[in-house]
Amino acid sequence: MSKQANKTDQYRRRFLSNAAAAATAAVVPGLMLFPVAEARSPTEAVSNKVRWGMLVDATKCVDGCNACVTACNNEHGLEGHNRPATDAQWIRLVHLKDKQTGKETKLPVMCQHCEHPPCVDVCPTGASFKRADGIVLVDRHICIGCRYCMMACPYKARSFVHETLTDQKPDSPRGKGTVEGCNLCVTRVDAGKLPACVEACQQEGEKALLFGDINDPDSMISKQAEKIASRQIREDLGLNTGVRYHGI
Amino acid sequence: MKKVMFQTIEGNSSGYLGLLGLLAAFILSGLGSAWEMEHNGHWITGMTNQVVWGTPHVFAVFLIVAASGALNIASIGSVFHKAMYKPLAPLSALLAIALLLGGLTVLVLDLGRPDRLIVAMTSYNFKSIFAWNIILYNGFLVIVAIYIWTMMDRPMNRYKDRVGFAAFVWRLILTTGTGSIFGFLVARQAYDAAIMAPMFIAMSFSFGLAIFLLVMMAAYQWTGRPLGDALLFRLKNLLGVFIAGVLFLVAIKHLTNLYATEHHGVESFILLDGGIYTFLFWGIQILLGSIIPLILLYHPALGKSRLNIAIAASLVILGGLAQMYVIIIGGQAYPLPLFPGHEIQSSFYDGVVAEYIPSFYEFMLGLSGIAVAMLIVTTAIKILKFLPTSLEDAVTDPHHKPEEV
Repeated sequence: MSKQANKTDQYRRRFLSNAAAAATAAVVPGLMLFPVAEARSPTEAVSNKVRWGMLVDATKCVDGCNACVTACNNEHGLEGHNRPATDAQWIRLVHLKDKQTGKETKLPVMCQHCEHPPCVDVCPTGASFKRADGIVLVDRHICIGCRYCMMACPYKARSFVHETLTDQKPDSPRGKGTVEGCNLCVTRVDAGKLPACVEACQQEGEKALLFGDINDPDSMISKQAEKIASRQIREDLGLNTGVRYHGI
Repeated sequence: MKKVMFQTIEGNSSGYLGLLGLLAAFILSGLGSAWEMEHNGHWITGMTNQVVWGTPHVFAVFLIVAASGALNIASIGSVFHKAMYKPLAPLSALLAIALLLGGLTVLVLDLGRPDRLIVAMTSYNFKSIFAWNIILYNGFLVIVAIYIWTMMDRPMNRYKDRVGFAAFVWRLILTTGTGSIFGFLVARQAYDAAIMAPMFIAMSFSFGLAIFLLVMMAAYQWTGRPLGDALLFRLKNLLGVFIAGVLFLVAIKHLTNLYATEHHGVESFILLDGGIYTFLFWGIQILLGSIIPLILLYHPALGKSRLNIAIAASLVILGGLAQMYVIIIGGQAYPLPLFPGHEIQSSFYDGVVAEYIPSFYEFMLGLSGIAVAMLIVTTAIKILKFLPTSLEDAVTDPHHKPEEV
């Protein structure tokens, strides 16, 4: 083997290792943006050591983007019937205009996964409940469809299923005559994935949504929440929501 | 005072059978409406994700509130020992049970899953005022049924006053619970007020007595049994006091809200520019349902007419339904204050007054609740001795002096 050939091999090795390092350096922070939880084994109980939450950066939520809403509708099979007053909406985009200053803001609103959820307080059967990890959801088996939770929710986060359902998503069963709302894509989260809206915002939007464990001081969401100011919607109610907003 | 005799009604006349038929027709159309709503889903009604409780709730809550009020006549007899009211106690208790069953029928048939009633009876969240109400309703039915037993069965008579007292306390707690369904709703500006409970109690006094008066007058008129002025005038004066009591609490509720700037929006919606809700509040609840009945009942000449007393009682019922409509539907139509100080827009009707147009199905279901209550009363007075054969002054009025011949 000639000296020249050896040199070529060396260059090639060096190039490949540098390229690999560069690729790693480029990809890892990107991956870090997706603070995926370690998937829980199905036999392991949900623990209150974790509290799932979301940080919404309203300054990044841009006009014309609807990625989170579309992803949610697809994930949960929320079909519209062209009747907006009764069609289910688990997440919606809200446009605000400050009456005094005229400042405009756009942000997604969904179940705020309160620490003290009024919907859970008022539910007569216990169908509305909060998991140990902070996710608020509805047990469709014991919901009697009284809609008291919808009266009680300060965020208008719940929908009543007004229609007969067809072609449901196997991972997100719904029930005619029962109440439903954002469940933080609990099935995906349990499998170690991100909620559909967050994933869509990361991939198609402006990375306005960050999801993670707000109990873990080292999580991306906790670090970001430490850096930027964030608020709860209707802080006055003292519900300690799991969803926080920057820029409102 | 003559002895009070109780007797069942004959119930064979064509008028009686016609009444049963009419009530049955209303009940059937209510059941049909409920079936349509459950089969198609609630989208066929006027209810939406904005106005989640509609006309059925207006009727249901009205009937439930009136039920506890209808028991007052019996309570005045057994708890406060007013002799004049004692002959009316069985009918009062019967009407209380009937109205509650009518209201609950509507409430249950409007559920998204009425087939899961058993879940509501077996799976409780004790922090929920709704769950408490389920217990309070069932308890009320049991206690009042026992109360009727103690009144009708001679060996049980000695327990009558004690059971009557328990029923009185229970009914106060029950209406506190019904008012608190709204009082405990922190999210909505139209509710979230402790005054809801006492206001509902005052409303129950008024609505319950108005219905009682009408039922009593109709029963005695249609069966040709005598009904004296002494009792009737005593009851109509009491109705006037109750109407004034409701007006007082309604005034305090709105004045308190008007003092707080944060509630100016919802108050001007109900009192000034809420369209149908403002009309129902001032036109029906206050004018037709309160002021005019007060004039009819207390006017020295007008108040002596039985027709006017019946009109006043009917107007109180109409005003009560309007009040429920304003509270329940008006309270939801006004948007949630998600971002105070901002104009809000979204695909989910944030920041806008929600539209609600009641559907035929909802009206029929609501009316069928009244029909259920009336059918229970109409059949029960034929089967058991609820009605005194006479309510003439000589029977009811301890101070009655027979006219000298």
